[in-house]
Amino acid sequence: MGTMPGHHQQNVQLQDMLFRSVARFFAFAVLLILLAIIASLIHGSLPAMQKFGFGFLISAEWNPVTEQFGALVPIVGTVVTSAIALLIGVPVSFGIALFLTELSPTWLKRPLGTAIELLAAIPSIIYGMWGLFVLAPLFAEYVQPWLINSLGATALLGPFFKGPPQGIGVLTAGFVLAIMVIPFIAAVMRDVFEIVPPVLKESAYGIGCTTWEVVWNIVLPYTRVGVIGGIMLGLGRALGETMAVTFLIGNAHRLDTSVLAPGNSIASALANEFTEAVGDLYTSALIELGLILFVITFIVLALAKLLLLQLAKSEGRRT
Amino acid sequence: MIFNRNAFSTLAVVAGLCAGPAFAVDITGAGATFPYPIYAKWAEAYRARTGVAMNYQSIGSGGGIKQIQNKTVDFGASDMPLKPEDLEKNGLLQFPTVIGGDVPVVNLDGVKPGELKMTGPLLADIFLGKITRWNDPAIAKLNPGAKLPDADLTVVHRSDGSGTTFIWVNYLSKVSPEWKQKVGEGTSVAWPAGVGGKGNEGVASYVQRVKGAIGYVEYAYALQNKMTYAQVQNRDGNFVSPSSETFKAAAAGADWNKAPGYYLMLTDQPGKNAWPISGATFILMHRTQPKPETAKEVLKFFDWAYGAEGDKLADALDYVPLPDVVTTQIRATWKSGIKDTAGKPVF
Repeated sequence: MGTMPGHHQQNVQLQDMLFRSVARFFAFAVLLILLAIIASLIHGSLPAMQKFGFGFLISAEWNPVTEQFGALVPIVGTVVTSAIALLIGVPVSFGIALFLTELSPTWLKRPLGTAIELLAAIPSIIYGMWGLFVLAPLFAEYVQPWLINSLGATALLGPFFKGPPQGIGVLTAGFVLAIMVIPFIAAVMRDVFEIVPPVLKESAYGIGCTTWEVVWNIVLPYTRVGVIGGIMLGLGRALGETMAVTFLIGNAHRLDTSVLAPGNSIASALANEFTEAVGDLYTSALIELGLILFVITFIVLALAKLLLLQLAKSEGRRT
Repeated sequence: MIFNRNAFSTLAVVAGLCAGPAFAVDITGAGATFPYPIYAKWAEAYRARTGVAMNYQSIGSGGGIKQIQNKTVDFGASDMPLKPEDLEKNGLLQFPTVIGGDVPVVNLDGVKPGELKMTGPLLADIFLGKITRWNDPAIAKLNPGAKLPDADLTVVHRSDGSGTTFIWVNYLSKVSPEWKQKVGEGTSVAWPAGVGGKGNEGVASYVQRVKGAIGYVEYAYALQNKMTYAQVQNRDGNFVSPSSETFKAAAAGADWNKAPGYYLMLTDQPGKNAWPISGATFILMHRTQPKPETAKEVLKFFDWAYGAEGDKLADALDYVPLPDVVTTQIRATWKSGIKDTAGKPVF
């Protein structure tokens, strides 16, 4: 630097400063946009908040005629469909990532990996249409009657599998959501599984561990931060997914223990009712639903962060 | 020299762009999904004739009402008519354009279109969730000859706010006091039972896919998707099938003269052949127009649509055009109702 002529050095310093300011500006702009969104959501939901208070969160009533609104059904629907999506999606993604890193022959790794990633590129409305035209009739004909007869007859799980096999409902929506989140979780899991130092795995194999023992006891603990990050990514997608869920969840504002029954999710309710909501209170109730979804996502992310902190503590990396 | 060439070519491009239809005033509207096919057809034909483009966004009746209140469009469209008090409050004028109807559609093997007979109170009980199987005695009593299976009955309704829903629940409120008290009417209601589909297309799609489903769609959708519709008993006690004739019969009895703001529901109308679940779709415009030229273009468009050419296009798409006596009355309403800021009538 000392051998550069003076004006060139000044130029470089100027460019540096410019670049730094621009980057800082963009970072703050994103924060500002986030705050602006929160502020406008709160402002829009004030009429509903003033009218219903906290009762909004526990009321299952959704009556546009008498203008009584309650968020319980959409909240439960969102949580249940996302839970089903993760319950089905995480083990399958784990299996896919495990297969791609440990078990598959080398010639298969690339094409299979690309195929999984292609799943992520399919637009969600195509998933919705495919679910409605192909999956729902399949569920109605074969899967749901089987579930009703087997699990529905047991005492413990019975209430969850009652009702007519319509094909559309919370279970089908959760299943399609699982298919949609698998590419994200599997891709992240595969990436983190691959960066495990080979020396760790080889030393485990060397003392006679089976593949399963290596994966469960060496690879997974090493990569748990990435794995949880991937699951959170999938969960974030599942919570906010709109079009696929709207097609399949049945859009019924009623609470039912059975996963075969139709329900509603926050994103689906917003997509269906927002443009046609007549009246300030109706619109405000819908905006408050949006705010609640925001808060749910925030809580989930905070929990994930806390979980990671706990794990790091137990590892001794942090106190 | 280069500068001259660039300047000349720029001038030529700009001149070329200016030579387009710069003198035609384009009109915009938004609202109900039910009449969207016919409005789009009319816009196309009108543009070919006069060069004036009409841009219509089918965002739903509620959206149409909102947008005209916010003055973002030249006219709003709604299947649900606004009450005279609301019209007064917002300074709006309302008039009908075409008539259609809701038809109940079912998915039952072995039942042909028009074979099943329903009454209003029965439909209300079904949509209240009181009837859950197809071989229920209430349905069997009306249909002694039909093969009603012992299958689950699934109700399909609209998940979004809609004028189609408004016509349907308005009819149910008229024929069933229990429905009126428990649920009421509106573009969006708290449905006691069933699943919701988005748009007429969503309902049609669910009914076609779920065995034993019953739903309601606009007549055009039932025809185009070749769905199994049911006959409904009208006020006079006759079981009628939905068709242009029965819609016309329902509209014939309507006395638009006595309805301020044309607020008239065509459900449950008297008439031997009247279809009990008919309804008109409405246009909303502001009474005081700051831009009278645009307002005039809108009125000229609908004036043409009420004429023979517009009627023919409506018939071809299974909509029922208004009778001439009503359109004459509407034109008179325009003259007296829509004025510019100086008080001069626009039409």
